[in-house]
Amino acid sequence: MSAQGEILLIAIIVSTACTIPGMFLVLRSMAMMSDAITHTILLGIVAAFFIVHSLTSPFLILGAALMGLLTVFMVESITKTKLMAEDSAIGIVFPFLFSIAIILITRYAGSVHLDTDSVLLGELAFAPFNRFVFLGVDMGAKAIYVMGAVLLMNLLLAFVFFKELKIATFDPALAAVLGLAPTLVHYGLMAAVSITAVAAFETVGSILVVAFMVGPPVTAYLLTDDLKRMMLISFAVGALNAFLGFRMAIWLDVSIAGSMATLTGITFFMVFLIAPSRGMLSVFLRRRRQKVDFAEKSLLFHLHNHEGDPDEALENGRHTIYDHLHWPHDFLDRLVKRLIDHHHVVVENDILKLTDQGRAYAIQSYEQIVAGIQVKEK
Amino acid sequence: MLTSLGLDYTLLVVSAGSGLLGLVSGVLGVFAVLRKQSLLGDAVAHAALPGIALMFLLTQTRQTELLLLGATLTGVLATGTIIAIDRFSRIKYDSALALILSVFFGFGLVLITFIQKIPTANQAGLDKFIFGQASTMLVRDVRLMIWVTLLMLGLTVLFWKELKMFSFDPGFTEVAGFSTRRINALLSGMIVVAIMIGLQTVGVILMSALIVAPGAAARQWSDRLSVVALLAGFFGAVSGLIGTLISSSITKMPTGPTIVIVLSLFTLISLLLAPNRGLLWQHLRQRKNQQMISYDKVLTAIHELAMNHENHQHTHAMAMIQPSKNIAGKPSKALQAAVENLEQRGLVRRNEDNQVAITPEGIRHVNRHLVKGDE
Repeated sequence: MSAQGEILLIAIIVSTACTIPGMFLVLRSMAMMSDAITHTILLGIVAAFFIVHSLTSPFLILGAALMGLLTVFMVESITKTKLMAEDSAIGIVFPFLFSIAIILITRYAGSVHLDTDSVLLGELAFAPFNRFVFLGVDMGAKAIYVMGAVLLMNLLLAFVFFKELKIATFDPALAAVLGLAPTLVHYGLMAAVSITAVAAFETVGSILVVAFMVGPPVTAYLLTDDLKRMMLISFAVGALNAFLGFRMAIWLDVSIAGSMATLTGITFFMVFLIAPSRGMLSVFLRRRRQKVDFAEKSLLFHLHNHEGDPDEALENGRHTIYDHLHWPHDFLDRLVKRLIDHHHVVVENDILKLTDQGRAYAIQSYEQIVAGIQVKEK
Repeated sequence: MLTSLGLDYTLLVVSAGSGLLGLVSGVLGVFAVLRKQSLLGDAVAHAALPGIALMFLLTQTRQTELLLLGATLTGVLATGTIIAIDRFSRIKYDSALALILSVFFGFGLVLITFIQKIPTANQAGLDKFIFGQASTMLVRDVRLMIWVTLLMLGLTVLFWKELKMFSFDPGFTEVAGFSTRRINALLSGMIVVAIMIGLQTVGVILMSALIVAPGAAARQWSDRLSVVALLAGFFGAVSGLIGTLISSSITKMPTGPTIVIVLSLFTLISLLLAPNRGLLWQHLRQRKNQQMISYDKVLTAIHELAMNHENHQHTHAMAMIQPSKNIAGKPSKALQAAVENLEQRGLVRRNEDNQVAITPEGIRHVNRHLVKGDE
């Protein structure tokens, strides 16, 4: 396989592997925990390095995973004291652990072949240089196997514990009642996040792991309500970002992981703007439609209330109604025109009069609203 | 003059800068912590990277003021985007933060690697913003920081009422006729500026700690916003100074991380020791409450025994109140302590055989505080 093909393959594997735990982080409102963990695993790696004195030892992954869990534990312990909100706890714990790591690396930089730049920024372009040689035969880039193993692990975990993850994510109380141990699921998920992050940081850098974990799932979240479908869309979006980002990086000769993260942002924003029913455009249009619709109903209620009143000519007068509703003139004019067009209202002697159809619509809408309030109160 | 006192000139400049930074980020961070927007600072700091790189690409200068202006622009853009995502979609705030943080940072990396490929561009010094490099601070940087600090503190004092109201009750602020949107924009803008002046010292990754930690630590010591803000500024400034001094007196000790660790210690101490709220106080209070409850239990037991007799002043052996596990029948230490406490408060009395009886005062106490309803 060519070096370029290998890079692309690694990128797609990393993206897919990151998406799986990332999706549950997004759904559980814990996305920023991924940011914290991707930073603190550095301390785990450094600490493990001081013990085993090797940069290729699997203990590094173990150390990093433990540090990820420790981060979660520290944040939760602080939050549990109720002295500080969770986001503040995250904002203090991860810089603290990360600072220790940076100080250790700086102080022992001579003896440690670990520099903070490579950990934080990563370089996908170098991944093919690190080969996996088995019995003297070159089997391809090592990262393919490492990330492939992590991907398999995540897929297996998601497949086996799908029900547990789903219930613990959407209804932790129910999960506890059913004996599904939401705390265990929670820490299991965090362990998966840590392991994925530590395996991926070497290739894409720890900060961009966050983009791979969070980007595709939030994009998919705008397109579907179904968990399985969300996962599949996330995979597709992640692969697309990896492919396009890779092309862009080759074209401009820039950081591959960086341009994949940039593409993650671009695809997100396209979907964010135009996604059917959940995109910004449709939300905006819907809110405007609801505003007009509600104003229309309120106007009809007003007309209905004052129908036949002695001061109907004033309250519902074509030119005096402005003083009673205090709405902007042009907005009210447009509403009245719409109501006349829909045959809900007619103008008689400069007074706005409900038609039978308009009156029926007003009463029906009113009853619907009242019924809605009653349901809510129950 | 000060240099003659043995203070290195560079060190003086750098510590002044770090202290100012701690002061301003500490004061403004209080509002971020109260608004539960602690991590916005983290996102904004990361978003500064593309701004710095873009400004460098456009102007080809390494003048700190210009680069930080670029950083401010992308920081504001990132904040606006996060707010828009939060408002116009069902994506939650934390997801929006994580997404924008990593995407902007990724774009920044793209730009920096692009700049590195330009043969004429001397990009050295751009990556100092990632980890911060306090030692590169110049006198003019500190002068800029002084002006920014004065401006930010001035704005805080000027809009104190608005910021205070907005932090605790945005709904009321709106009803009272203030524009919450404008106050929010002002506050976010000020925090963005505070972050920008911190980039040079502590870098994009650790900047969030300077925003969050002083506020969160100061919050433990008082319920008054003015006291909390002053304390946060103090914690921030002192941490900046101490961190810089430590890192300059030990070789190979990076400034930014050292400041963060000093700050974390301040926070830890506050969490443990702050009066009333601190964990130590909570623990002591809880133990005292538990003790009071156990005393009350003993008193109720004595009361119940007394009620079984015509003469309420009838005395009972300790073993009657609470059978002892001790073979010799000696009362447990806890029981002895409880009886002694009750006796001191005049609720029970003991005779010379160590037998206990309830006093009329004790009966009144039980009826008033420990009996439910009137039986």
